Amino acid sequence: MSFWRRLIHSSAFYPIACITVLALLSLPVRYFFVDGYLDQGPYLYQILILTGINIILAVSLTLINGIAGQFSIGHAGFFATGAYVSAFITVTLGPHWHRWFSSATPVSSWLSDSGLLLFGTLGAALATALAGLLVGIPSLRLRGDYLAIVTLGFGEIIRVLILNIDAVGGARGFVGIPKLSTFFWVFFFVITTISTVYNVLHSSYGRAFLAIREDEIAAQAMGVDLTRHKVMAFVISSIFAGVAGSLFAHHTMYLHPNTFTFIKSFEIIIMITIGGLGSIEGAVLGAILLTILPEAFRGFDSFRMVIYALVLILIMIYRPQGILGRFTLWNKRRRKAP
Amino acid sequence: MESFLQQIINGLSLGSIYALIALGYTMVYGVLRLINFAHGDIYMLGAYMGLFAAHAIMGKTGHFLIDTILVLMFSMLVCAMAGVLIERFAYRPVRKAPRLSMLIIAIGVSLFLENGGQLVFGADPKFFPQIIPESRYQWFGVTITNQQIMVFICAIVMMILLNLFIFYTKMGTAMRAVSYNLDAAKLMGINTNAVIASTFAIGSSLAATAGILVSINIPGINPLMGVMTGLKAFVAAVLGGIGNVMGAVVGGLILGMAEVMVAGYGSSTYRDAIAFLILIALLLFKPSGLFGKNQAEKV
Amino acid sequence: MNELKLSNVTREFGGLVAVQKLDLQVGQGELFGLIGPNGAGKTTVFNLITGVYSPTHGSIEYSQKSIAGLAPHQIAACGIARTFQNIRLFAGLSVLDNVKLAMHQKRKQRLPSVLFRSSSFKQEEQQLEASALRLLEIFGLENLCHENAGNLPYGSQRRLEIARALATQPKLLLLDEPAAGMNPQESLELMKLIKGLRDEFKLGILLVEHNMRVVMGVCERIQVIVHGETIAMGRPEEIRRNIKVIEAYLGKDS
Repeated sequence: MSFWRRLIHSSAFYPIACITVLALLSLPVRYFFVDGYLDQGPYLYQILILTGINIILAVSLTLINGIAGQFSIGHAGFFATGAYVSAFITVTLGPHWHRWFSSATPVSSWLSDSGLLLFGTLGAALATALAGLLVGIPSLRLRGDYLAIVTLGFGEIIRVLILNIDAVGGARGFVGIPKLSTFFWVFFFVITTISTVYNVLHSSYGRAFLAIREDEIAAQAMGVDLTRHKVMAFVISSIFAGVAGSLFAHHTMYLHPNTFTFIKSFEIIIMITIGGLGSIEGAVLGAILLTILPEAFRGFDSFRMVIYALVLILIMIYRPQGILGRFTLWNKRRRKAP
Repeated sequence: MESFLQQIINGLSLGSIYALIALGYTMVYGVLRLINFAHGDIYMLGAYMGLFAAHAIMGKTGHFLIDTILVLMFSMLVCAMAGVLIERFAYRPVRKAPRLSMLIIAIGVSLFLENGGQLVFGADPKFFPQIIPESRYQWFGVTITNQQIMVFICAIVMMILLNLFIFYTKMGTAMRAVSYNLDAAKLMGINTNAVIASTFAIGSSLAATAGILVSINIPGINPLMGVMTGLKAFVAAVLGGIGNVMGAVVGGLILGMAEVMVAGYGSSTYRDAIAFLILIALLLFKPSGLFGKNQAEKV
Repeated sequence: MNELKLSNVTREFGGLVAVQKLDLQVGQGELFGLIGPNGAGKTTVFNLITGVYSPTHGSIEYSQKSIAGLAPHQIAACGIARTFQNIRLFAGLSVLDNVKLAMHQKRKQRLPSVLFRSSSFKQEEQQLEASALRLLEIFGLENLCHENAGNLPYGSQRRLEIARALATQPKLLLLDEPAAGMNPQESLELMKLIKGLRDEFKLGILLVEHNMRVVMGVCERIQVIVHGETIAMGRPEEIRRNIKVIEAYLGKDS
């Protein structure tokens, strides 16, 4: 087969295509949104970036909550861990980094910044993976309500710990984080998150996670090591929360523990629930809706939260499967087979 | 640095508040297996209802004791109704649904109350009028205010009354029956809806009491006051064994003491964390709490 | 070789003794039946073998290795599979996925090959699908392979449970009341199926059942327990005539 045919049929096709599209889009995005050619440009850019970050948070949470069925309300804790660890790395490493990597030309500047961001994000991922293990291994032995509460507790403990660490600003907040997040990198990781979760879902592991959700006892009897698989889903999920944290820190350039309370965890849960628990598309939809809609209600802060809460309650009563339910677009394609 | 005895007094005082709120959590969990996230916000509602009542009644009747009782009763009544309404419209429709749905709805109700409170009452702290003149007593080098005594006595009295109710009245027995097996209770002719509604009513009025007692002691109330306190009271309920009434009180007192000790002898920034640390230690080593029983699933 | 052996097994639940000093053996490729009145402890025995409970006293060995106290998934890895008295299918998953899941422990794909969709991953997925479909054909379920397991009629669900257990490639299959709720025609087919499975896959089969026709028709050896203790053991003809059994447990249509 020719090179092109092989490329189109390989599994690398979609990710590569998406990344190419992203790269191509970055320039116009920069022109219209960042450089202020469009009137509301910078404001819309902000929303775009936050949407991307929320998508990463939502899709990663849906892996553990929706697909593996383990109700975790501590996602904000991993978000915080990633944010603070990556910020700490880039801020301490920053000055040295710029000595080694020149930022003379735009290309080398982009490379240097991207490199620093990726380095920080890698640190965030590792730290969050470790945190995920530490939290997950003891907690995932618990069922339902208790797991929810323990993860809530761990999320809060992480926040309180951060509050007490002076080196990252503690209660004063962490300032001076370099603005390294760009449209390209944020959506690069959006694509990475979605493809990872998709690939895991459509594999033997995904079936194991779903089985655990459906019936743990039967899953065990069929040879699935419950704790190991639950922890696996949990750690993968928390790693991406950490990545989101890094992207967030390097966008807002400022961090404060109050951003990472359990209310934040609830917000992500609302996103995936409204979109449809257990479906990746649902998570994406929920994240987009719940990032964009509030902007329409800007200035009505409490009012909009009251509406949210009502919507959430009504959806759980009348359409608990969310907007998309467990319907996945991809399933339709598979059903055409035998 | 206050003396050890003083810390104990403060701890018991704080603990009594947690105990009153924890009772509501434990009762609702007992009958519905639901963690009512909104319960802490009922406590907040109680404080605000008390605020209105206190302003309305200020000095109208002769004696401050009568004032207080009227304020308490008003607030308890309103909150009991609120609890029943919440159960009826938010929780009852999903009683047969998976527990995840109920949990999320509970979160929704909680957010609704908190943000609704901010909208209606304003986010700034309000101050409770002094309807009880404060008097301090000095014994053995510790200072006890009459308000602290009131809080403690109130909590103990409520617990005794509740215990009598649950074990010696028909409705109380019905509640215990429902907590063991809802469907079987229904088949025995128990009006489970009425029982569950009563559970919410009682739990909510206890939370309202806590709200008022706290506001009298620490006069600033705000719409988010139920968040942390509610969470900690929940930990107290789990500590005592969720579903167990005496456990809720004991758990509350222990938690109150632990928190005061940590704040007094440790670092005050960690005082919030102690509740969660206890919770986690508990859930990892003895999830059934001090007095609870393990419920395994039948294969 | 592939022999299950329970020796002197006792299981207590607080004050209640569910199983009392029980001895039980199922040899390689043997069709073995465990019967007794309701509450006799049969499901407890099942749960002891499959690791849901550990014995309070006594030992459980499979292929001469102790399996008492192992977790259920480890026991599945030893080659022991089971079905459940109350059907425990993965209701929200398709029939095909139910079976594919059971093949999980024998998988070769590891996380990296999953994440990068390597060709070995795709190959294995295709093989899994083919094996799963072949298995479903044996049970006549291949046409329903994309249906949600929860939507299947009751008889098909029961067959799917067995198919799923078989997908773990066991050497010993534990069937917990597989004929429950079946009419005489279905029970007859079930009997043929069970015997066929033993012959085709060379499995040992331990059957707990109330339907006497199925038990007598399928099993080569039967053990009767009452209140957690063995009161009789032997071939179907012997059990049928055993006075103690008749007294304790009035068989229905033997």
